Amino acid sequence: MNGMGLLKGLSVTFKHFVNTYLSDLRFAGKKYLGQQQFEKRQGLQAEGIFTVEYPDEKLAVPERFRFVPFLVTEDADHPERPGHDWCTSCGICAKVCPPQCIWIVRGQDPNTGRPVPEPEAFFIDIDICMNCGFCAEFCPFDAIKMDHDYEMASFDRTSAHIHDKNKLSKPESYWRSIAPTTALEEAKARGGWEHPDIIKAMKKAGQTPTPPTSDNARDYMERAAAKPAPVAAAPAAKPASAAAPEPASGAAPVAQATAAKPAPAKPGAKFDKQAMLAKIRERKANKQ
Amino acid sequence: MVDKPITTTTTADTIAALKEKFPDAVSDDTRQGYSGVVIDKNKLVEVATALRDELGYDYLSSVTGVDYLGISDHMEVVYHAYRTSGGPALVFKAQTDRNESEIPSLTSVYPGADFQEREIWDLYGIRFNGHPNLKRILLWEGFDGHPMRKDWKEAYYEEEHKPFGSRWPAGYVHRSEERNAYGHNVKYPADLDLSRLNDTSEESLYSGMGLGVDVERLDDETKLKTDRLIVNLGPHHPSTHGVFRMVVTLDGETIEMLEPVMGYLHRNHEQIGERNTFLHNMPFTDRLDYISGMSNNLGYALAVEQLLARGARWQPPSYRAEVIRVLMVELTRIVNHYWAIGFFLNDLGAFFTPALYAIAEREKILDFFEATAGSRMMPNYMRFGGVFKDLPERIRGVANLLNDQVRDFNTMDYLTELINDRLPRSIDELDRLITESEIIKTRCIGVGYLPAEMAVAYSCAGPLLRASGVPYDVRRADPYSIYPELDFDVAVRYNGDLYDRYLIRLDEMRESIRILKQILPRLEATQGQSVFGPSQHTPRVPVGESYGRVENPKGELGYYVVSNGIGEEATKGPQNPWRYHVRAPSFINLTALGAMCKGHKVADVVAILGSIDIVLGETDR
Ligand code: SF4
Ligand code: SF4
Repeated sequence: MNGMGLLKGLSVTFKHFVNTYLSDLRFAGKKYLGQQQFEKRQGLQAEGIFTVEYPDEKLAVPERFRFVPFLVTEDADHPERPGHDWCTSCGICAKVCPPQCIWIVRGQDPNTGRPVPEPEAFFIDIDICMNCGFCAEFCPFDAIKMDHDYEMASFDRTSAHIHDKNKLSKPESYWRSIAPTTALEEAKARGGWEHPDIIKAMKKAGQTPTPPTSDNARDYMERAAAKPAPVAAAPAAKPASAAAPEPASGAAPVAQATAAKPAPAKPGAKFDKQAMLAKIRERKANKQ
Repeated sequence: MVDKPITTTTTADTIAALKEKFPDAVSDDTRQGYSGVVIDKNKLVEVATALRDELGYDYLSSVTGVDYLGISDHMEVVYHAYRTSGGPALVFKAQTDRNESEIPSLTSVYPGADFQEREIWDLYGIRFNGHPNLKRILLWEGFDGHPMRKDWKEAYYEEEHKPFGSRWPAGYVHRSEERNAYGHNVKYPADLDLSRLNDTSEESLYSGMGLGVDVERLDDETKLKTDRLIVNLGPHHPSTHGVFRMVVTLDGETIEMLEPVMGYLHRNHEQIGERNTFLHNMPFTDRLDYISGMSNNLGYALAVEQLLARGARWQPPSYRAEVIRVLMVELTRIVNHYWAIGFFLNDLGAFFTPALYAIAEREKILDFFEATAGSRMMPNYMRFGGVFKDLPERIRGVANLLNDQVRDFNTMDYLTELINDRLPRSIDELDRLITESEIIKTRCIGVGYLPAEMAVAYSCAGPLLRASGVPYDVRRADPYSIYPELDFDVAVRYNGDLYDRYLIRLDEMRESIRILKQILPRLEATQGQSVFGPSQHTPRVPVGESYGRVENPKGELGYYVVSNGIGEEATKGPQNPWRYHVRAPSFINLTALGAMCKGHKVADVVAILGSIDIVLGETDR
């Protein structure tokens, strides 16, 4: 009969319409509040039509989500080299970057002119970055990772969109907080939670790094802080500070980096994700 | 589509038959790593006619140019022809001098060569004698030079190949516009009269067709009095799915002639691809048909894997990697068809309700993509020899930037529910919403008819071809990955109109579900297998040519990749492709648009375009 097909179709529309309000009722008006409702709305059980009310509400991003990369540095309370870059300026990420938006100035010892495993400068032009993730995938030191912070719009692209080392650097614990399972996988592949160079130095010194598990990421720091014995036998090194790139001699940079020096760490001063998020939010609020 | 019996079966037989018939004109391509035959360009049309009529190669899939400057200093046009009954390609080539580059046009034999030859003229400057309408297609008339030639340099030229030396170890950053060689990124041909271009901006493009709205009275005693108008539909028009223009000549409301104008999104994808290393191109393929990034990845991976497989240190993808690949591309097909159907309904005037229903379902698949590959639409997931990473154990998302709300599902549970329950249910729902609606039927049945012979002749592919009654699907005709062991039917419909093109997409979604249901147990069984061998970021690729083709949701997507180089580069194995060409279904399917629209009303044009399902990222490249 003419018109039946149309009615059949309209019944679907009507079902969607009703479902929208039914799910409102089911959640007793709290559809947009609470963990359980959130999971339901953003999962396969979602019914009816609704909007994710950005920016009051945001989609949950999975671990592997990739946005503009950031550089991993040691935490501020790292017992041996707080704030030290994980990057050794090997240049692989700059080579695999498809649009060639990574610029690295390799670190150099001012006295000998030999390269040191730390970048002097590091830039990413985020206008050009295509968020492909190759840099993070191929970095042999797990020193560059894809970030989850996608709110980067600004009014002036010429000044705000070339990220320098300062802007790119985030502590290693931040990476663990946004990607716990990936970070654990990587740590297992490295053979410890520490930077590959430290692990190498430890092994050389006859120590075995603790095998990583999901909750021992900070054991190394606490252990090292409690026991100020040097991890590797090394000549008395100039104290490296977080701010200035250490003038390593190039001969045994790893040993120096891990050499004993006054640990500024307060054991137990854990990385606070909430504080970090608050900072990000504040930065955003100021931008407006 | 051949009346005479096909006398030969294998490609080797065909080549032998050709050589027997044209002993002087046909010779083997003996270069290392190359295949097929080289045809004397003076005999090209004759040989191609024989190929089509006597040997059954009725489908010319891809036509492309290559510039061998520095290697053998000639230009080459490469053709890939198929039989619609299935089987591998016959590759034939015609060569010409670089300076006086001319090759006879094959449009008289294979009308599907039309746009592709225009593209080669545009990008390589090879003149096709006998082409009915040889003018630029992707670039505008005021463009200087032919950008795919090896001696052409772009405004931001830095070096021949990536990686660029300026990035490391002394990478002091600068923005590329600061060093733009052309000042304003524009260089005009020497003989171009700019003032003329300024005054009547694009008259030359449509000489004889008029410009804008051009009215002419048509007085025919027997008919209604009408006006002849020339109207630009687009480029900025929501119905064109992007920035795309159709210049239509109207007699009243009826289409007399339609010419697509494209290139607004042209970025010289292939030239970028030739500066890149092989791996660099992977994320760029995401951006071709940006609705179906996963399958774009697969086509390119297959093409390069064919080359790598000739080298010594090659490990083919593991079984699990293949399973995951098929999982991804079939989900992509569903994603794409949701999108295509939703927006087709938009074009018919059912504004956004069906589209949003479809998109809401698509989101569920994209969530899975995002959790696995890291991005919803730009997956960059396939690698040469596998995939980026195995499926995650859990699909766990955190609203990091806000309140840390979590959603957390077991991946296999999620997939099982998605494939067995949610997707079939929503496809049925779409079916109920649309299929029997009288409005849809009235608008669609009999409109935009494309007969099977024409669909083949115009090199149409994908749902467009199969809705016209040609059961040609690369997954069956020239199988790749693990498709041979999967049980599914090639969807086919016979009326060749809008309605069938809609229905066939529903059919294909259901077939994809069928495939996915077979994938699930394979995923369970292969758990724990590695999905990617030792990662190599700049592999050296053995010299040669390859053509990787996949059945993309929009049709056959092919990558013609040549690995070659000058001198030492060639012996060591190049790191950058010498030639990287994309056979884009969205582009080639448009060849038939004009013919399909003739005689229909203006309102139908929008729907016919919607039924082809194009994505401008791929059309314009
Ligand atoms: S690949 Fe890693 S270690 Fe090497 S330069 Fe890049 S970030 Fe630094
Ligand atoms: S994500 Fe890709 S484009 Fe962006 S910096 Fe890394 S390699 Fe380059």
